[in-house]
Amino acid sequence: MKRLNWPIWTGFLLSLVAGFSYPFVFVRWAITREFPWANLVLFAIAFVLLAFGLRRAFKPDKEIVSKIFSSLAAVVGLLLLGGLPFVIYVAGSWLPASSEAPRVGQKAPAFTLTDSNNKPVTLAQLLIEPINNTPPKGVLLIFYRGYW
Amino acid sequence: MCHSELRSFEKNMNKFNEAGIRIVGISVDTPEKTREYMLQKAGYTFTFLSDPELETIRRYDLVHAREIASGKDIARPAEFLLDSSGTIRWRTITENFFRTARPEQVLEAAKALP
Repeated sequence: MKRLNWPIWTGFLLSLVAGFSYPFVFVRWAITREFPWANLVLFAIAFVLLAFGLRRAFKPDKEIVSKIFSSLAAVVGLLLLGGLPFVIYVAGSWLPASSEAPRVGQKAPAFTLTDSNNKPVTLAQLLIEPINNTPPKGVLLIFYRGYW
Repeated sequence: MCHSELRSFEKNMNKFNEAGIRIVGISVDTPEKTREYMLQKAGYTFTFLSDPELETIRRYDLVHAREIASGKDIARPAEFLLDSSGTIRWRTITENFFRTARPEQVLEAAKALP
């Protein structure tokens, strides 16, 4: 009877989680965002499991297929480990310089844009309209990439 | 992932309301997309404005032309804190889109507003 090589499978799945969770999960907290140590911890556990799985797959009684599959799983794990710093530090900085963006001390350029109810809204309105019945002390404009 | 930074602001909405700071999100998304994804699915409660033609985004020099993941012209992440006269008192133009402004930083900067 064939026994499932569970260390390979769990190690492989965990390396996927370690590789892809940063932009979706760990960017949310300052502590896991500034350095991806949470992802590195997940990778470390994943590689321990992969190592156990490989040892099991390379025992003499195992089939060649399981040797190939477990090796592939380990290679994918390594590629993900290498891809993570690339995504965070290289791809993450593919941004325009925005050297002409308005500076501290300048008036924010006026605008009229459409809100989510299709109504036009001006910056002047946003600066005046009360929050909890008191005039706002300030407005934070957050430019973001999009809903996707 | 592109709006995961907004979540931390949503979680601090009470603090921003207490500080008298109105949060406004601006992107190229249409009002329809914003309603569907940001309000209904993600449950944000602050104001969203649509700039599909990038008029305001261009005036603020924040156009990210032919962004690689979307293939479109979009806004690059940036945050501006204005006082009630509309003068910019604080801003962040991040060099890495995983490191946008955090609510703690903005709340700290808001203390200096008149």
